[in-house]
Amino acid sequence: MIYFDNSATTVPYDEVIDTFSEVSRSYFANPSSLHPLGKEAERLKEQARRRVGSLLKVKPEELVFTSGGTEGNNLAIKGTAYRLQTRGKHIITTGIEHTSTFEACQQLEKEGFTVTYITPDDTGRITKDQVEQALTEDTILVSMIHVSNELGSVQPVQDTGELLANYPKILFHVDHVQGMTKVPLDFKKAGIDLCTISAHKFHGLKGTGVLYIRSGITLTSQFSGGEQEGGYRGGTENLAGIVAMAKALRLSIEASNSGIDHIKQISSWIEKEVSAIDGVVLNSPRDRAPHILNFSIPNMKPEVVIQALGEKGIFVSTKSACSSKQFTPSRVLLSAGFDEPVAASAIRLSFSFENTMEEAALFTEIFKETVTSMKKVVKF
Amino acid sequence: MHYDHILIRYAELSLKGKNRKQFEKKLEANIRDVLKEFPAIKVRRSFGRMFVKLNGENGHAVTDHLKDVFGIHSLSPSLKVQLNKEDICEGALWAAEDSLPEGRGTFKVSVRRTNKDFPLRSQEMNKVIGGHVLRNMENISVDVHNPDVELKVEIRDDAAYISAKVINGAGGLPVGTSGKVMLMLSGGIDSPVAGYLALKRGVTLEAVHFHSPPFTNERAKQKVEDLVQVLTRFGGKINLHIVPFTDIQTTIHKQVPDNYEMTVMRRFMLRISEKLAENREAKGLVNGESLGQVASQTLDSMYTINEVTAMPVLRPLITMDKMEVIDYARRIGTYDISILPFEDCCTIFLPAESKTKPNKLKASRYESFLDIDQMVNEAVENTAVKEFSRNMELDEDFDNLF
Repeated sequence: MIYFDNSATTVPYDEVIDTFSEVSRSYFANPSSLHPLGKEAERLKEQARRRVGSLLKVKPEELVFTSGGTEGNNLAIKGTAYRLQTRGKHIITTGIEHTSTFEACQQLEKEGFTVTYITPDDTGRITKDQVEQALTEDTILVSMIHVSNELGSVQPVQDTGELLANYPKILFHVDHVQGMTKVPLDFKKAGIDLCTISAHKFHGLKGTGVLYIRSGITLTSQFSGGEQEGGYRGGTENLAGIVAMAKALRLSIEASNSGIDHIKQISSWIEKEVSAIDGVVLNSPRDRAPHILNFSIPNMKPEVVIQALGEKGIFVSTKSACSSKQFTPSRVLLSAGFDEPVAASAIRLSFSFENTMEEAALFTEIFKETVTSMKKVVKF
Repeated sequence: MHYDHILIRYAELSLKGKNRKQFEKKLEANIRDVLKEFPAIKVRRSFGRMFVKLNGENGHAVTDHLKDVFGIHSLSPSLKVQLNKEDICEGALWAAEDSLPEGRGTFKVSVRRTNKDFPLRSQEMNKVIGGHVLRNMENISVDVHNPDVELKVEIRDDAAYISAKVINGAGGLPVGTSGKVMLMLSGGIDSPVAGYLALKRGVTLEAVHFHSPPFTNERAKQKVEDLVQVLTRFGGKINLHIVPFTDIQTTIHKQVPDNYEMTVMRRFMLRISEKLAENREAKGLVNGESLGQVASQTLDSMYTINEVTAMPVLRPLITMDKMEVIDYARRIGTYDISILPFEDCCTIFLPAESKTKPNKLKASRYESFLDIDQMVNEAVENTAVKEFSRNMELDEDFDNLF
């Protein structure tokens, strides 16, 4: 099996699953219970928070455990919008956001907010200046994806953070779901106020994530319920998932030390091989996140390519997994100015530190065969 | 350009005559300890000032950490420039523009020249720099009384340092310069604040907590541990002594009339704390008492309770109102922990009525039926110690899971 769909989800580490089952078995108590078992579970939960805090170089109390990226983005964006609506009703985001950000903004537009969607250039990137031009007296939030989940383009988070440092009343949210461990980001240095991450993108388990909320900021909770997670997330905590996430984060940050260069090598090697194939056009920019490579075979239905590769044990995807079941051109690619045949035929490879050069070689070989044989049956 | 240094000023230390050097060294060591998590920074001492070179670390985060260090009077993000007129003027202009992003406002220049080899005198430099800023910024004017921005330029031996804002430090004396004290820590709102204020005057802190399982539960103990962890932010290493107190409390409950129970219990706490303090070579006790706040804190109570020790008992909160204490607790981050609803040893067995004017002789008489020395010694012997320090927030018990 060659698994090149790590932006959709990663294979959880064995150690992470061990931790999950150990915690589920031995620390099953409700952390809010008053008895010693509850107390122990609570202590473990706060340990997890401290450890994640020290890995992310932020204060433990600045972390809210969530169910993942979609929840984090929703809480950050709507939580800010509802909280600060008396101050202003304008939000700035980009045209290449993940669906959860995009749809949250669309919902807010229906409720009377104004949203500016900054158009990226053909490398899928926006600039700090575009953000600056979009600022109004009414702006309360800038929400930006760090690494585009489809193209792998890296947005100027640091520059934007420095710009927004001059506007202390505007909050800065970063969707760091794809970038975590692959494209290092220092939240404090970049002046980030809110940051979303999700565990299953770095070999943790589904249903766990973190929203970083810089101390001093209060959001409007999206849940009604108990006092858990500072009132942002009533409901009994997923302790096993939380502890497993802390472990996954540590392991994958350790792996990233040598892993980033390793996947860069895989990615640029495949890029070279694949672009040499007749009919293949590269979509990802040269200067991209190391783990995402996007290209198109215009006029060839990507679903067919994916099924053909799948039969041979190779797993890749079209666009974002969250929107790949709609057979429409990619919203993100269209926004970056790609024409429809390209935007409708994109294939995305996404790597993890576990992938090898042997897999890369085998992939290119099979991919070449597949494209050649399909060209015979599919009309261009 | 950007601020690449943080300039640290200390006020009271400079008054300390021959001890000054020792105080400065201690402060420097404390600063290094607080900034451990920023590996790139460099701390340097130079007469009457300290400089933190950022080397790319986040200035805001470093400043936040420094705000907790006692002995620092004020801080200024600073720009280091070469010792010549042109560079100093350029730097000052940048600092003015940076602090007035709209380009409008008033300013003044304050030059301090400790390097007497620099050819221009302070007054002349004031004019030179002021003139340069005025020529280059259109909507700016001088106001020497109430300026929006005060451009401070320090001309020193190695370089000139320019800053435009002053951030207040925590004040006080460097922790570790005033001897050691034992803090009586209950878990309520007051005692952590008392510990904080004692640290402010430069003491090294140890803490004692009285634990009465099963009447006080594990969470109450955890709460105290969390409070000590918060205090390490200001005090560095702190030992927490957990005294098993159940037997003493039940014995008192049996032997002493209800309305003297609290008084006698307090006297025992003080005796045990004194003993622990002596063992640890601490020369004072600290508690969170505020005059008249509750029955045990009336002047009569203090008179009767304090009788059992000759050690100084420091009461930093003695004149404070509850609201003032709460303000402090919120600021230092202990309030949210303190208000967690777990019983502590002061609230269990609480009689319906306690004497607000307990009598010394009566208290002694009731205690004469108890074997005081034996009870105190046993409690001291069974006391468990746990060490806390900055950044040591990880619990080894769970290591295998992470």
